[in-house]
Amino acid sequence: MDVEILSRIQFAFTVAFHYIYPPLSIGLGLVLVFMEGRYLVTRNPLYEAMTRFWVRIFALIFGIGVVTGIVMEFEFGTNWAVYSRYVGDVFGSALAAEGIFAFALESGFLGILLFGWNRVKPWVHFLSTIMVTLGSMFSAVWIVVANSWQQTPAGFQVVGEGLEARAEITDFWAMVFNPSSMDRLMHVWLGSFLAGSFLVMSVAAYYIIKKRHLEFAKQSFTLGLHVATVAALLQLFSGHRSAEIVAEHQPAKLAAMEGHWEARAPADLYLFGWVNGSSQETYGVAIPGGLGLLTHMDPEAPITGLNAFAPEDRPGAVNFVFQTYHAMVAIGLFLIALTLFAQFKRWRGRLFNTRWLMLLFVPSVFFPQLANQLGWYTAEVGRQPWVVYNLLRTSDALSEAVQANQVLFSLILFTLVYMLLFALFIYLFNRKVQHGPNAHHQDDSHRPRQDDMARALESPNS
Amino acid sequence: METFLGLDYPTWWFLVIGAVFSGYAILDGFDLGAGALHMFLRKEESRRIAINAIGPVWDGNEVWLVIGGGALFAGFPEVYATLFSAFYIPFMLFLVALIFRAISIEFRGKEPMAWWKKLWDWSYSISSILLAILLGVVVGNLILGFPLDEQGVYRGSWLSFVNPFAVLTGLVTLFAFAMHGGLYLLLKTQGRLFQRMRFLLRGAMIGFILTLVLATLYVLLYIPHMSDKLRANPWMFALPVVLTLLLANIPREVTKGRYLRGFISSALVLAVLLMVVSVELFPVLLFDPVQPQNSLDIYNAASSDKSLGIMLTVAAIGVPLVAIYTGFVFWTFRGKVKMDEHSY
Repeated sequence: MDVEILSRIQFAFTVAFHYIYPPLSIGLGLVLVFMEGRYLVTRNPLYEAMTRFWVRIFALIFGIGVVTGIVMEFEFGTNWAVYSRYVGDVFGSALAAEGIFAFALESGFLGILLFGWNRVKPWVHFLSTIMVTLGSMFSAVWIVVANSWQQTPAGFQVVGEGLEARAEITDFWAMVFNPSSMDRLMHVWLGSFLAGSFLVMSVAAYYIIKKRHLEFAKQSFTLGLHVATVAALLQLFSGHRSAEIVAEHQPAKLAAMEGHWEARAPADLYLFGWVNGSSQETYGVAIPGGLGLLTHMDPEAPITGLNAFAPEDRPGAVNFVFQTYHAMVAIGLFLIALTLFAQFKRWRGRLFNTRWLMLLFVPSVFFPQLANQLGWYTAEVGRQPWVVYNLLRTSDALSEAVQANQVLFSLILFTLVYMLLFALFIYLFNRKVQHGPNAHHQDDSHRPRQDDMARALESPNS
Repeated sequence: METFLGLDYPTWWFLVIGAVFSGYAILDGFDLGAGALHMFLRKEESRRIAINAIGPVWDGNEVWLVIGGGALFAGFPEVYATLFSAFYIPFMLFLVALIFRAISIEFRGKEPMAWWKKLWDWSYSISSILLAILLGVVVGNLILGFPLDEQGVYRGSWLSFVNPFAVLTGLVTLFAFAMHGGLYLLLKTQGRLFQRMRFLLRGAMIGFILTLVLATLYVLLYIPHMSDKLRANPWMFALPVVLTLLLANIPREVTKGRYLRGFISSALVLAVLLMVVSVELFPVLLFDPVQPQNSLDIYNAASSDKSLGIMLTVAAIGVPLVAIYTGFVFWTFRGKVKMDEHSY
């Protein structure tokens, strides 16, 4: 295998693994803010127990998110040196802003969030929770801005030619607010809220099935459900908006997402299907004119097909993009149905007694996580062969000084380390869940007594 | 070329990066150093206290590396691209060590078994040592320089990062961090563990002085571009003098029981050490000893003035903010380590 494919596999693998964690941190952080805020208002020890338990889960997730995130910052330079030279002037400022505004904020206050319970006043601790959550959300801002700039470049000029060509920034705010950045940011945030809230619901549903920590579990679940319902519904609009942006700025990607080969109207919108790349045909169940309706509010709108682009200028893995995109949309719609149905059951007062629904919620954290991953596969494979859209090809972006055996070495190393890391993560996550919320606390003056806490956790009439 | 207070933007950005990397060396330096000394603590309880001494701050300390990397990428993309791709293997090892270190701290206290704790103790200490040495190896290679082509692309072999001088600077860094970490732990421990730390500190200081003298001799004898520059700029001799005074001040403060002052002295030692390297190289960042015209300096490697101007604004807003809340976190956890149910 050559350097290009190895470097692409390595980057895809390390970034996909990393992306298991930040959405959970962002989403769980938001839930934590609600929990601890509610505790400060009501002084109900149950909310304190909830906050403390979920902070312990948060710590585990956050820690892995941080170390696996640094890997990408290094890989730009180690594996993609030409890319780094090309984009540094533009992309670097977003990355530097991420480090200084977002990452420093979250990591600085993390210490207080995790260890400061007995050291600072409750409201200072709450402030730290907010800061950590804000920090992780700001991280997403700068990372999505940087990635979106590569998808829909703006606010720059190209200086020099050939090997010397560089993108130079001309307008910082045009770079930040490039055509796709804000819509994609919303999409990423909402996906993260879904990931975090479904994590909470998964664990809570498990407790409910096992009849453990019932009051704790029900309160956690309800809070998670509210966040998830709002996020799932908003995600529908956000997803729609993202599709419009892709249609406008990356027509080749949109054509790949829908397996759309020839420009024609009405253009089909597939519910599911299969793309045969060699015969350039797409089979499946389709809504005639649906694609035009989706992207232009007009079933007769002509949509550019893949054949309008030279083979070297369009994505090769059309079926892959088609399938990842459709699976993401299917999961998104399923999540809306699931949360609305759960809300309906809650309204009828039968949510926690509906055993099959609780059983379905136990593994539900995988749904938004899978959708988040699939969405990124669509976005990143769908924009190939470009690393900076229509400006720099992925195959031209590699490090000149790095050979295949070096990348193979590091790829094997990362595979082994990440497998170990993931196994440890699952093991410790399970330990924490089995251990459950802790009813034992130091008897500080501003904190409830231990027996209150224990009673609140296991009260039988709940 | 635009200027601010008489200095051009690339020089300003060079100063910013220098400040960030000094901050990184001072902050992560003590927790890496504490990790390097870790296996010299014998009792499980001592090791637990040592880990919790850095517990609330090590993650924040590491952020300075992320900011430094981002700042280098943003300000001098040519240097970032060339340096990171030239030292592919050491940087990959660095990443893996960073991961192992983080999970060791995180996972060590999660199970009660002795073998579990021992396993993560070793992993934590070895990865800390490896990180310190790798950082030193990179600095050593920056001092030596390496072959580049006209485009500023690395043209050396992938293994040439391993050489006697780089190994020596790796050891200098290791001992410097161990000294710094030892002083930090003096601030954080008491009783027999404290006595043990004083003993270990002495060893680290002796190691640091010996390796530093050897490295200095090596530079003066075998690295002409560095010694020539020193000869041409006699004022630079002031820096080693300051370094020596600061170093001599450490045992003095420790004997008098003023450990915070001792710690500040060693922080300044690290800063001055980096200053020596950077004024010796300035304005060059990546030196090519064979074809010096191919070297990357702060001008031919810099981003545009427009970009640097934006980032200087970002830094001017961001760095004071970071300093304020870093200070707040350190203030919150000041004093000797107190364990509670949230400790590692």
